[in-house]
Amino acid sequence: MSILAAGRAVRLRRRTVVTALLGALVVALFLLALVVGDRIYGLADVLRVVLGQDVPGASFTVGRLRLPRAILAVLIGAAFGMAGTLFQTMLRNPLASPDILGIGYGSSAAAVVAIGFFGAQGATVSVVAVVAGLAVAFLLYALSWRGGVQGSRLVLIGIALGTVLLAVIQWVLTRIEVYKAAEALRWLSGSLSSAFWGDLPPLALAMAVLTPAAFVLSRRLSVLQLGDDAAAALGVRPNSTRLLLVLVAVGLISVATAAAGPVAFVAFLAGPIAGRLLPGASLLLPAAFVGAILVLGADLVGSNLLFTTFPVGVVTGAIGAPYLLWLIARSNRNGGRL
Amino acid sequence: MIDGTATDAPAGPSVVRPARRRRRLLIGLAVGLAGLAAAVLLSLVFGSRVVSWDEVVGGVLAPDPNSFAEQAVATRVPRTALAILVGGALGLSGAVMQGITRNPLADPGLLGVNAGSALAVVLGISVLSIDSTGEYIWFAQAGAAGAALLVYAVGSIGRAGATPLKLAIAGAATSAALASLVSAVLLVRTDVFNVFRFWQVGGVGGADFGEMAPVLPFLGLGLVLALLSSRGLDVLALGDDVARGLGGRVGPARVLAGLAAVLLSAGAVAIAGPIGFVGLVVPHAARVFTGPGHRWLLPYSALLGAVLLVAADVVGRVINRPADVPVGIMTAVVGAPFFIWLIRRAKVREL
Amino acid sequence: MTVHRSLVTEALTVGYDDRVVVQELTLAIPAGRISVIVGANACGKSTLLRAMARLLPPRSGAVLLDGRSIAERPTREVAKILGLLPQTPVAPDDIAVADLVARGRYPHRSFLRPWTQEDEAAVAEALRMTDVLDLADRSVDELSGGQRQRVWIAMALAQGTDVLLLDEPTTFLDVAHQIEVLDLLTDLNRQKGTTIVMVLHDLNLAARYADELFAVKDGRLYLSGAPADVVTAPMVRDVFGMDARIVADDVSGTPLVLPIGRHHSRV
Repeated sequence: MSILAAGRAVRLRRRTVVTALLGALVVALFLLALVVGDRIYGLADVLRVVLGQDVPGASFTVGRLRLPRAILAVLIGAAFGMAGTLFQTMLRNPLASPDILGIGYGSSAAAVVAIGFFGAQGATVSVVAVVAGLAVAFLLYALSWRGGVQGSRLVLIGIALGTVLLAVIQWVLTRIEVYKAAEALRWLSGSLSSAFWGDLPPLALAMAVLTPAAFVLSRRLSVLQLGDDAAAALGVRPNSTRLLLVLVAVGLISVATAAAGPVAFVAFLAGPIAGRLLPGASLLLPAAFVGAILVLGADLVGSNLLFTTFPVGVVTGAIGAPYLLWLIARSNRNGGRL
Repeated sequence: MIDGTATDAPAGPSVVRPARRRRRLLIGLAVGLAGLAAAVLLSLVFGSRVVSWDEVVGGVLAPDPNSFAEQAVATRVPRTALAILVGGALGLSGAVMQGITRNPLADPGLLGVNAGSALAVVLGISVLSIDSTGEYIWFAQAGAAGAALLVYAVGSIGRAGATPLKLAIAGAATSAALASLVSAVLLVRTDVFNVFRFWQVGGVGGADFGEMAPVLPFLGLGLVLALLSSRGLDVLALGDDVARGLGGRVGPARVLAGLAAVLLSAGAVAIAGPIGFVGLVVPHAARVFTGPGHRWLLPYSALLGAVLLVAADVVGRVINRPADVPVGIMTAVVGAPFFIWLIRRAKVREL
Repeated sequence: MTVHRSLVTEALTVGYDDRVVVQELTLAIPAGRISVIVGANACGKSTLLRAMARLLPPRSGAVLLDGRSIAERPTREVAKILGLLPQTPVAPDDIAVADLVARGRYPHRSFLRPWTQEDEAAVAEALRMTDVLDLADRSVDELSGGQRQRVWIAMALAQGTDVLLLDEPTTFLDVAHQIEVLDLLTDLNRQKGTTIVMVLHDLNLAARYADELFAVKDGRLYLSGAPADVVTAPMVRDVFGMDARIVADDVSGTPLVLPIGRHHSRV
């Protein structure tokens, strides 16, 4: 029994330490994002702005531009990270993240139609995107229902819906003027460049509801991982749990997409990276941190280090592609399942 | 093999090919040909301007330069021909891919071929300033082949081999990765984007015979290779181990068929842009008439693919008159429900 | 410690989609004993077991646990009384043995209630009974088939239920490991009084380990009773469609089925 407790303590300590390090990295990158830009402000100035003091110059650049952008990066990174890991764990497949399955395209298609055809902006786009995202989630769940919802059916139908929605997006892009289409493309790539304070309250509010829900569900998810029959025997209803998981995950994806566009691969990358650092652990919190790190880091790279400024989604996409190949190579080596 | 070739068909009732099967094949052929004739006719008649029978005949045989209607019909001739060509190629390549992968959900689009071609074409346009179909084709082929290999490699990893689920996810993941690289290029080059956004919806409008010509050799070679590979696909269908046990050469059979599938689908993508779901849907419809044997399945898939694409193009022209809805959008809107129905019907197993 | 529970099916009909698999089947599982369900492939024995574990809703009839319909009781409450080890459970990647077994405590915990001494004791006891305590910190991925099956049984034990259902717990195991697992379940039954119900393929092992044998044919109960009464040549012919001679098992004294193929009849 003491052996048992000791082993658990070792694992628990490792989890705590790694999670805390990830959290510290989020804070460090957050501050770096406030410090670095066209002009570099000292950390002291930045902290004073954050605390609400008036610092000439810095108050505008840091307070009005960089701070909301960095907060937005943390929030959507966490949202994508949590949603991705919920899906991947539920479907037992690292490739089955909502962005890869095209589930996020529901929000994107609605937003592109709203921007392109109705000239919608700001909050309207967000509301439309969230509603459409949830509608797609319901549709997906309903279409996958056949006396129960099987994970693999959910994946395949998700891909089919994603393909149709992508066709809609592409069609809309041909129907509008090129400058509007370029604007829409920028949004579709996932970008933080239009972040301002007004965007944040709805996103923060939605996440304040969805995040606790995700954590409550993650306990049931840890049982659902053992297979439907084992989960049912332990008192977890597989189908209703999956419905709730899909709703929460798609909700997170939708609100994040509405705020910043579909930032490629963050949902896909966060869970597996967290899983590499913490094998066998519950990944929700670490994945949220990793998601935030990815978005903050990619935005720093995209806006400062390249020959021209790229939206954050292009950078995460460029990281995601090689990771995909690496995932393939790794599975190939140990003959595991993908 | 009791009935290995067509020539030694026994005179009496055959055990392996009963009369019922033959009747089905004939019905299928009749349905396919009648459908094609009807679709072609409709394709010539309908458009932003509806024309009379005389004008159709005139437009096809010798368009009168003074008649708008006959001129309109004349422009619909290459468009219809292109739709037949592309639809046939996609249907055929879908059937071949489903055979190679032993996977009823295989389709050029789902397997990442379209995204691979798109990336290669975008790079070609932006870096090397290519601007004609004759140049697109090489890039499209290379991109398609690369993406198809990658997806198949990903999808067949693990003990169970290339299951429908793994292939579909690997295709979606690869497509997402490639698409993100495509947008990285497009964001910087609005001029390229302005060309690309029209190419990527997939369409057969604005076709002319001159642009089609460079692709014909690829499609022709693909057709020949596909038909040659039909016996190999029949053996592959039993699984690699059984195929080897029957004396089939699994590797070469797969390479030959794979080459055919890539030539056909990439050729289609090069002239018409990415058009999804035709390759997926058509072989299933063809199988209703032919059963699982590839000797008949392949040509029937080509025939029905042509019918589907011409019909989808006509509907796309009529549904939102006077504007065209590109045929790639129409096939997605029609094909996806079919795909979903297929998944709901099948007992897709968990990984 | 263990409470004797009554588990009964009443005219139970279960099916998938439009196919009826179990038809109006009535049986009573003897409390505190080992019951084994046998039958030919696709006779509905696994379906019956899953229905008894409330994994499949009945078309008609009911499964009664302590006299109340199992479908109408809260699923968590049932999970504290009745456990099931499915045929192919899935181990999450890289999970440690102790963590996997700890998931068996799910029905006893809630979001706000932390891990208690009682949970810890149940997990330790389960690991000890199944003799995998030494493996507690190892990853499940690294284990052999026999070890892995013992870990899964440990998870079911950690659930601390009075009734344990197992769907072919010996599949994929070699004969030595099959005996090991069945001995383990017998220990559990004899020491703690846990009611055990399992589906087994091997008629001879079933006859050895069962207190009560249920022979199922075409979704109906064909015969039930002590192995010596159930395993007879006519039953084997009717249920499995095979001629056999029944002799006494020298080792256990239970009936032993010797199949008679077309090539081996010396009669």
